[in-house]
Amino acid sequence: MEKSLSWREFAITRLIKASGYSAILFVVLIFFFLVREGFPTFGEVGASSLLSIRWYPIEDYFGILPLITGSLIVTIGAGLIAVPFGIGTAIYISEIAPRWMREILKPLVELLGGLPSVVLGFLGFLVLSPFLRAFLNLPTGLTALTGSLLLGGIAVPTVVSVAEDALDAVPRAYREGAWALGATRWQTIWRVTLPAARSGVLTAIMLGVGRAIGETMTVMMVTGNAPVLALKLGSLFSPVRTMTATIAAEMGEVASGSVHYHVLFFIGMLLFLISLGVNIAASSVVFRAKKRAERILS
Amino acid sequence: MNRFILVGIVLLTLVFIQSCSPASSEGTPSVSPAAYIENKGSDTIVNLALAWAEKYQSEHPEVRMSVTGGGSGTGIASLINGTVDIANSSRKIKEEEIKEAKSKGIDPVEFVVARDAIAVIVNPENPVSQLTLKQISNIYSGKYSNWTEVGGEDRPIVRLSRETNSGTHVYFLETVLRLGSKEDKTLFSMDTLLLPSSEVIIAELRQNPNAMGYDGLGYVPKDLKVIAVAKEEGGPYVLPSIATVNDKSYPIARDLYMYTNGEPTGVVKEYLDWILSPEAQEIVAQLGFVPASPTPNPSP
Repeated sequence: MEKSLSWREFAITRLIKASGYSAILFVVLIFFFLVREGFPTFGEVGASSLLSIRWYPIEDYFGILPLITGSLIVTIGAGLIAVPFGIGTAIYISEIAPRWMREILKPLVELLGGLPSVVLGFLGFLVLSPFLRAFLNLPTGLTALTGSLLLGGIAVPTVVSVAEDALDAVPRAYREGAWALGATRWQTIWRVTLPAARSGVLTAIMLGVGRAIGETMTVMMVTGNAPVLALKLGSLFSPVRTMTATIAAEMGEVASGSVHYHVLFFIGMLLFLISLGVNIAASSVVFRAKKRAERILS
Repeated sequence: MNRFILVGIVLLTLVFIQSCSPASSEGTPSVSPAAYIENKGSDTIVNLALAWAEKYQSEHPEVRMSVTGGGSGTGIASLINGTVDIANSSRKIKEEEIKEAKSKGIDPVEFVVARDAIAVIVNPENPVSQLTLKQISNIYSGKYSNWTEVGGEDRPIVRLSRETNSGTHVYFLETVLRLGSKEDKTLFSMDTLLLPSSEVIIAELRQNPNAMGYDGLGYVPKDLKVIAVAKEEGGPYVLPSIATVNDKSYPIARDLYMYTNGEPTGVVKEYLDWILSPEAQEIVAQLGFVPASPTPNPSP
């Protein structure tokens, strides 16, 4: 009896351990695959060509700068929309809204997160883009801004859901302590609850931004996909082409093993590195904050 | 409720089994069901090829067919590798491809199965109704960026195009932007919007008076304005239609091809003969393409 229990214990622990390690294994395998398929780019396309500003692969122009700037401008725009709105909504749901309101709001927000991005893309190019064109008097409504707005919308539910959980996990005693010291509700939220939930809120932002930079269908439908270098603020109001949309649009027809194929994998590798960078930056912030908290408490 | 669903599933399964079982008991026992045609290539043609295959199979149940897209290049590559019987292509086979095929003992034979006009389209509010090829080239290459330069209102020109992997995109680049010249290295203006599907192009054209686009004639809805195109300045401006494509007066039209390995024999020959018959060519017109001219297969 004793023996079989310990054997079961052993098996289960190993199983859980294996599933934990499998995540690492998959990431490593994916990265290895990306590198294997993308690395030949360096031999086939010169750095000067890669860093040029013309992307027209069927005539061997492989300048990826417009794609990188396109992805960045759309993602930054989406972040600027999703972070304040998402955290604001999370604070309202967790701290301010009455119980019944909260029970309606949270499932609704999560439902929004379940909307397929293609559907949002359709709405974007049938409703949002004509509206933006007329409202802002632009040549076309298929712009980086349209993409940012929709991606912001896509990222908000992720941010809200994770940030709300983090705020909810802050012990009630913290808030009561703040109130007892005479802090107003706003001061309590801003100075006590939010800092206490910082690591969760940061994770929420990270996941939201990650969702935005990886999103493909929506941006492909609404950003116009013109590979123009986007460096000025005005670029927000003109069409851009993102890295994800490029891969999605071109991978289907590219001959396996060709230069174009390798460059597309190279772009995939860059995307992977960018999201890895975002992850590392965010978790190092969280890690440092935790350490400081431990020092203060000890 | 559950019982109804269960009964429904059982019935469906029965019907499925029934329809799957080969018609050996009745039907046509004399013909071997081994006749199988593999057909692959151009995405422009794939709908047409599917419509043909469906019609043909309903009349000849002994022939099985598989039709897939993937692009003209993919189709021709498969023919060269010997994995398909018929390759669909919206462009002529290239010299290098013929050489490669010959080296593998494949002898591509060409059939013109239909023709396709590419219409240049704008929003109905746009007063511009005719352009020369040169003007269209200048617009797409970025030389012109305001409609006043081609006799329109003071509006910026928004250029719409299909993605670069589309055969239509390549054809438009070669025939219109470069005016058919091989040395010409003109490219699309960088701010040309590369849209993933015909639907997105049509939707944008419908609501944006600044926009200009192009697409296969079969995809153009009635509520958009089609531009009349002239080969040269002062020349006759021609609207695309079946008649103007056939008498070659509309300049942006291309042949759609099927390639076989060697002169076709057996079922493949019967199928290609049927495709060039009036019955099959009627389907071409229904799908918005232009039927191959009355004297098909102009062997050089």
